[in-house]
Amino acid sequence: MSTTPTIPRHMQRDRFAPVPETQAARDEDDFPTIRTSLGTTARLITRYADVREVLGDAERFSNEGLPPLPTPDGEDRRAGNLLATDPPEHTRLRRLLTGEFTVKRIRRLEPRITEIVDEHLDAMEAAGPPADLVSAFALPVPSLVICELLGVPYADRDDFQTRSTRQIDLSLSLEERGRVAAESRAYMGELVDRARSAPGDDMLGMLIREHGDDLTRSELIGIASLLLIAGHETTANMLGLGTLALLRAPDQLAHVRDEPDAVAPAIEELLRFLSVVHSGIPRSVRHDTTVGGRPVAAGELLVLSLPAANRDPAATDHPDDLDVTRAVAPHVAFGHGVHHCLGAPLARAEMAVAFPALLRRFPGLALGIPFDEVEFRSATVVHGLRALPVTW
Amino acid sequence: MRIQADRDVCIGAGNCVLAAEDVFDQDDDAVVEVLQDHPGPDQESEVRNAVAQCPSGALSLVDD
Ligand code: HEM
Ligand code: SF4
Repeated sequence: MSTTPTIPRHMQRDRFAPVPETQAARDEDDFPTIRTSLGTTARLITRYADVREVLGDAERFSNEGLPPLPTPDGEDRRAGNLLATDPPEHTRLRRLLTGEFTVKRIRRLEPRITEIVDEHLDAMEAAGPPADLVSAFALPVPSLVICELLGVPYADRDDFQTRSTRQIDLSLSLEERGRVAAESRAYMGELVDRARSAPGDDMLGMLIREHGDDLTRSELIGIASLLLIAGHETTANMLGLGTLALLRAPDQLAHVRDEPDAVAPAIEELLRFLSVVHSGIPRSVRHDTTVGGRPVAAGELLVLSLPAANRDPAATDHPDDLDVTRAVAPHVAFGHGVHHCLGAPLARAEMAVAFPALLRRFPGLALGIPFDEVEFRSATVVHGLRALPVTW
Repeated sequence: MRIQADRDVCIGAGNCVLAAEDVFDQDDDAVVEVLQDHPGPDQESEVRNAVAQCPSGALSLVDD
């Protein structure tokens, strides 16, 4: 077991799965009370239908109930942060952004995604086995895709990547990570200022050309930072954990590698099975109400266990088995309702390029250490691996 | 079977387009557009998938 008692319960995992107590909570009469990482208590929601009910109703359940984050620079950290706002403010911001994330727009990025993926596979191949798939592939690919989105100039990309990896590096002290986060925000400020004076063809440039008058500088910085935070570690951990899960199921791996039509459904199954986001933003209950017929009180915080919901036998047959050939099971790995992942079409496109390219480049891909020695890390917002040693 | 799409509710997640590309599209603001509001029997299962995967509840099916 890879858990320690200090990690809030909804973040504790037994390898890919939520810990047994969290799975068992689906059958309990009451919603368990848990401690969150902020030290407050919350009720844990684990059934698929209940999680959809809460996420699907922004009128009864608010994203604005959390204490504001400390802001050393006195700046409003919520500006532009979709996840920290409720409708109608959320609706205004989200409408400005969705046009940049349509399936069609994302398809136009696909050739660049393919180049980025291929460059990293070339480098791995040239260096030869063994390799750490997390640092050689899973982390840099999504980070560079975000550089494309934001129009980060090539000269700045090495620094950008170092910062975005350090920002999520758990071996650094909190203080150090805070410092990197401040640097990252300062860089986003420069990027926004540059794009405002000469908007490019990237998403940030388009946003400024099309909606420059509707968005403040802080909002643009907030949006750019949110895209980095929400889009980097999530996709990176899907690539790392997803590869590990497939290596454990060689028939399924071969199916994804050899059948182009198998890729899209396999990605949905990996999203469901891995549910890398433990829970979204905790929702606060506005007025006394019920969830799935059971009472919750005004002011209570609700933590939604996405992995437990995605393994609810009421929603999916044999939910604890990975089966990339199953008829697509609806899942909440991207959330649900108005905050449903804005980047979902992009994340899907990245995975649809990266998984088959990796598996085809190295048909002999294998774990470089015994499975028991693979280090999972779940103490952050996103479940993942510290490293994934592989050979081929 | 007829598809109803509420364009005011849609949040532009594009799940429907990925689930049933010949039935749904998105306009430039990412809002859903229904290409065929009376899908054929061969499209029924992908359309039901699209409705189930729509995060905003913008899509519904009515019998007529
Ligand atoms: C496989 C990778 C990803 C997963 C599993 C994932 C998961 C999620 C989840 C669960 C939420 C909802 C959180 C909540 O309701 O509290 C969310 C929201 C969001 N995601 Fe993703 N995400 C992924 C990739 C991305 C990418 C690549 C981007 C953009 C570059 C992105 C941008 C966002 C944004 C902006 C939101 C907030 C939307 C809103 O509040 O309206 N995500 N994501
Ligand atoms: S899946 Fe629903 S919310 Fe997303 S684009 Fe289609 S109709 Fe709109």
